[in-house]
Amino acid sequence: MSERENILGRIREALKVPAPLPGSHDDMSVHASAEAPASHAREWLPSVGASVAEQFDLFARNCADLKTDFQLFANRDELKTALAKIAAAEKWQRVASHDGELSNFASRSLGLPVLLTDQGYDVQAMEKCDAGITECDALIAQTGGVAVTSRSAGGRALSVLPPHHVVIARREQLVADLPAAFALLQAKYAPDFPSMISFITGPSRTGDIERILVLGAHGPKKLTIFCF
Amino acid sequence: MNFVSEFKTRATEKSGDLRHRQFIRTALRGYEVARDKRKGAFQSWESARQAAAETKWEAVNHLDKHLESLVAKLEARGTKVHWASTGAQAREIIAQILRDKKARCIIKSKAMTSEEIHLNDALEKEGFTVVESDLGEFIVQLRHETPYHIVFPSMHLTRDEIRDLFQKELGDAPSNTPEDLTMVARRVMRQKYITADVGFTGANFAIAETGMISITENEGNSRLTAALPKTMVTLIGIEKVLPRFADLALFLPMLATAGAGQPMTCYNTMYSGPRQPGECDGPEEWHVVLLDNRRTELLADAEQRDALHCIRCGACLNVCPIFRNVGGHTYGTTYSGPVGAVITPHLRGLQDWKHLSNASSLCGACTEACPVKIDLHHHLLQNRRNASASQPAFFEKLAYQIFGIVANEPRFWSLAKKIGWLTQPLQRAVKGSALDPAKAWTKTRDLPPMPQETFKDWWRNRK
Amino acid sequence: MTVTLFIPCFVDALYPRAGISMVEILERLGHRVVCPEEIACCGQPPFNSGYHAEARTIATPVLEKLADAEAVVIGSGSCGAMVKKFYPELFADTPHAELAKQVAARTWEFSDFLVSKLGVTDLGAKFPHKVTFHDGCHGLRELGIQKQPRALLANVRDLQFVEMPEVSCCGFGGTFAAKFPMISTAMGEVKCASAAETGAEYIVSSDSSCLMHIQGLLSRQGKPTKTISLAEVLNHK
Repeated sequence: MSERENILGRIREALKVPAPLPGSHDDMSVHASAEAPASHAREWLPSVGASVAEQFDLFARNCADLKTDFQLFANRDELKTALAKIAAAEKWQRVASHDGELSNFASRSLGLPVLLTDQGYDVQAMEKCDAGITECDALIAQTGGVAVTSRSAGGRALSVLPPHHVVIARREQLVADLPAAFALLQAKYAPDFPSMISFITGPSRTGDIERILVLGAHGPKKLTIFCF
Repeated sequence: MNFVSEFKTRATEKSGDLRHRQFIRTALRGYEVARDKRKGAFQSWESARQAAAETKWEAVNHLDKHLESLVAKLEARGTKVHWASTGAQAREIIAQILRDKKARCIIKSKAMTSEEIHLNDALEKEGFTVVESDLGEFIVQLRHETPYHIVFPSMHLTRDEIRDLFQKELGDAPSNTPEDLTMVARRVMRQKYITADVGFTGANFAIAETGMISITENEGNSRLTAALPKTMVTLIGIEKVLPRFADLALFLPMLATAGAGQPMTCYNTMYSGPRQPGECDGPEEWHVVLLDNRRTELLADAEQRDALHCIRCGACLNVCPIFRNVGGHTYGTTYSGPVGAVITPHLRGLQDWKHLSNASSLCGACTEACPVKIDLHHHLLQNRRNASASQPAFFEKLAYQIFGIVANEPRFWSLAKKIGWLTQPLQRAVKGSALDPAKAWTKTRDLPPMPQETFKDWWRNRK
Repeated sequence: MTVTLFIPCFVDALYPRAGISMVEILERLGHRVVCPEEIACCGQPPFNSGYHAEARTIATPVLEKLADAEAVVIGSGSCGAMVKKFYPELFADTPHAELAKQVAARTWEFSDFLVSKLGVTDLGAKFPHKVTFHDGCHGLRELGIQKQPRALLANVRDLQFVEMPEVSCCGFGGTFAAKFPMISTAMGEVKCASAAETGAEYIVSSDSSCLMHIQGLLSRQGKPTKTISLAEVLNHK
């Protein structure tokens, strides 16, 4: 017998005896519904506000907590100016990006050499880029994070290898909460999901030394989200 | 094979170490504040816990069905799935992948399953270079130590100790600030991601519905590990399944809140295959190794099956007064703290590891903290019951039998109290010394004076 | 009503004042109190060590003595949890299973009985001291008793109440205190430090066993903080 059959056999044998119901040691009444319990997650997760304005406000507050630089612009031109300002302040020499309407607009606006990942790329060259500019699938008000995929954001490395990750998004991409973000991804991709989906919530961080927060452990030290 | 005496020796030493006690309390203080704030942000943390418990219950109690779905979906997109009944099998499967790939260097992101099967030792013995990329794991690897805590591997070390370690092992430590030290590790690791032949990861969840492995991390090391090397290997315990993709909307923020007091961990990444057609990077091959290693024995114990709900958040360790006083290394196990005390007897033998279940005041702080409602402290009681039933300690059993006779006969009970009262001066004279029958207590604590008139005397006289 | 008061073994032998206070309070409230003299212990020590047969030897006569009680009041959260929560488990699949459930349903920890069953929170007590309250873990987490003792203390005249900065176990844990004395001691020291931070003169608790541990450490270390049972505070004029 294969190990697969051995393990599955042991599991089936073990499951012949039923387990006590979940949380039955607790006073909480057991939700006796047949539907997926997590489908009600929206009712229990942190509240997000009803209007889009409230949700943008929440997104901005979450970003501030996470030390993500989030800016909302009236139009593309404002975004372009702000991006140029960062590039100048950080003395960017070259950036990495991917093919896409928003990412092309942003990366080309800088007048710097752009490494595009779409057709394959040299990893060492990307490592030397000052920023990775990507699009995203959604901004999530509830967490202050973004969802990216290997298909929508130039592969797996672009959003983590360069020291500064810049996300370019449209206002319409804001979703209220995590259940909405998962529903969006499922509607957009299932069953042919990109091989990587990543929820990025703030710049890379660690607390491994005396539980003190340090940004930029291995991934980007800075995360900028520009939205218009 | 004397795990008990080793445990007692280390526990005695650590619990008297006031510097350790203060350091761990301080280190966890920030966590406690953040955790409470984040829990408070939930509209209903208690309902979320119940839903999480029900979701894991469904997953674990239909594990065969969910695993089959998971594996079918993974394989359909070109992932190679391996099944390992034992740690030895898992080590061999992974070593064989490395041999086939003619790999030299393997970069790892944090995986407690790999600690569980002692993967690094096995691979290093075969001549592979193994690099831990998570900062805390990297630090303990340099110290040739196991992780102190399942989520915060190096939380027992001060910045000065880490600076000295980096100076000695890497010849690079500009200062003792966490910022500078983190940047040293960042520099060391950057080229390793690019040059390593194989990237190795653990996993937090596996999604049966969509065939995905979900990895939670803050540093980005796992993202890089899964992006750059040509071959990727993921080792995951079979109990890690969740039925549905959407379940993550609940589990990701709960894991972050319970584990680190964060609203969301920085990177939560779902992998559903190796690099797919049309994608520009990612591994050409992805191997997922499903590990049993006696999890099915725990599964067979219906009473304690919920211990397989564990999402390894570490919340029970953080609130446990035993863990906080004896520290993570004292346990001598991969999984420490309350959940370690519950599951280790199942994974490594009840009689050898029952002392972990005895080393508890049964205060229940762990059960209260668990985001998936594992009945932790009652499982400690059940382990005690099972251990005593299968192999009773002769003198302990006898003592309880005698106690039963005394307690059940009012005359004996009165006599016992009288003897206690009469011998009090004698006991006081030898207090805390080797002659004191109560020395386990009196070495550090006074006994209360016994009154001449007990409650029952009063009651009787009153009538 | 007739209240069957179960005074645990260590309260009987070591802390009679706590038990006497309970009797006096209940009688003052107009209830008839009976204390079955044959009952010494609830059986928790062998139960917690995993010796269920030995625990049943002790618990069976207890259960039988309590069978007809109108209300059982136990002078300890820990022993209360044993009867209320663990008896049904201990006697599951035995001829006493149904009786264990019935008795459990009629059993109350002392402060819970006063507040939740009798609806009494003001006993006319006076205790002119600064106090803090230690929640015994069994009462707190097995029985969910947290507000009740605080409601009672809130109505004690001249009493200044202050909470400890953290809720933590005192480290007693029954036989744990003897099996792992150093861990138990360390936990107790953390508790004492937490109590000392409040500046309270007294640590009050529903559990005399916890207080025995805390007082044992305080006395040995020559600390000025004192301990006293909740019942004694509530009976103080």
